[in-house]
Amino acid sequence: MCLAVPGKIVRWLDHDPTFGRAEVEFAGIRRICHMACVPDAAEGDYVLVHAGIAITQIDAVEAQRVLEDLAILNDVDEEHAL
Amino acid sequence: MKYVDEYRDPRLARSLLHEIRQTATQCWVLMEVCGGQTHGLLKSGIIQELEGVVELIHGPGCPVCVTPAEAIDFAQELALRPGVLLTTFGDMLRVPGSRESLLTVRARGGNVRLVYSPLDAVELARQNPSQQVVFFAVGFETTAPATALSVLQAAQLGLDNFSLLVAHVRVQPAMEAILQSAECRVQGFLAAGHVCTISGVTSYEELSARYGVPIVVTGFEPVDLLLGIQDCVAQLESGTASVSNQYQRNVRDAGNRHAMHIMSDVYATADRPWRGLGTIPSGGLVLRPEWRQFDAEYRFQRPTPTLLIECADCRSGDVLAGRIKPPACESFGTRCTPESPLGAPMVSSEGACAAYYRHAPKSGPHAVSITNTGR
Repeated sequence: MCLAVPGKIVRWLDHDPTFGRAEVEFAGIRRICHMACVPDAAEGDYVLVHAGIAITQIDAVEAQRVLEDLAILNDVDEEHAL
Repeated sequence: MKYVDEYRDPRLARSLLHEIRQTATQCWVLMEVCGGQTHGLLKSGIIQELEGVVELIHGPGCPVCVTPAEAIDFAQELALRPGVLLTTFGDMLRVPGSRESLLTVRARGGNVRLVYSPLDAVELARQNPSQQVVFFAVGFETTAPATALSVLQAAQLGLDNFSLLVAHVRVQPAMEAILQSAECRVQGFLAAGHVCTISGVTSYEELSARYGVPIVVTGFEPVDLLLGIQDCVAQLESGTASVSNQYQRNVRDAGNRHAMHIMSDVYATADRPWRGLGTIPSGGLVLRPEWRQFDAEYRFQRPTPTLLIECADCRSGDVLAGRIKPPACESFGTRCTPESPLGAPMVSSEGACAAYYRHAPKSGPHAVSITNTGR
């Protein structure tokens, strides 16, 4: 039930604090999502959407850092395996 | 899909599995709180890969599974009243109440409509002024901001035909109830990542310190799950117990203040019975008195709950409390299947019984391996 899907904000439709909505793209499919919980997210940013509302903005820098750290770990493991 | 596929990389998952095996000097017992994590762990084969290194006990993190039968009975009763349209998430449809499910109620004429979002239910109320639209609000902190927002929208639209039947539950009090149990074997928690997008990380610090357990905020894809396990195991091996966040791309330390503001505007905390776990202090949410006109319990008189008789052949209470794993139940996979469930954990997409039925290997502990899949 807590399933949430990452999507990219294509364009804001309404900035109202209660009725704020934006068009969000998920792997090529566009849906209108409610944005009251992420009022500061900008077009081009990624958000996590659950039950029709964006619940958090995805931190692109942090996402990249984790993957880079893991890539280094993976390289070390592969060197040891040789 | 960006921010999903990268975290399903089998090479990164194998490195992390290697790290965890190198770190662990004994078999540690961890609980993944969320049912979505249970499915991810089984589907990717992580549980089998880490046999003897980490034992994962499956937590109560399936809101559908812990919703008391009397709440489901009341929803069914409302769906059968003339002029009422009962709306809810698809997960709720087949969950058994004390006698039947919403699916069978709908088959005999009950007005039940599935919606993707509670805000779609507000729109239905706006379009159908002659009908009383009730949204059966189930879910953890992840879902509560959406239902709270539905109340704010309905109020602003001046709708007098929209209400919520609130059955929201809160995760942290349930984790504490598990730790207080005399038979608790949990040595560390993988906290539910999407709940934490709302409630944050720091709120767990007191719990971690009081019970001396590591609590690691963890995501749902194989690499996310392994990062959480690795952090927990490293803490246990070094004798430390703190709160950490292995889902930082989605979770801020303080959570989402906008969402929490909307929630606290609409809801107050209250004691709440959890199916399988009993009444949990502050374990649920209720509408604040000022929003009473949107409370289905107030708008429609609730009948006195009938004495609840849980099915004797179903051990879902033991499964939800982490006392047994689903295959230990005699009905598992025989009298109880997703097509013909005896208990809620076999129905829901997040239930532990359904996860074992779908994903557990049928023969041998290593029949499933890390694959390029996820939830």
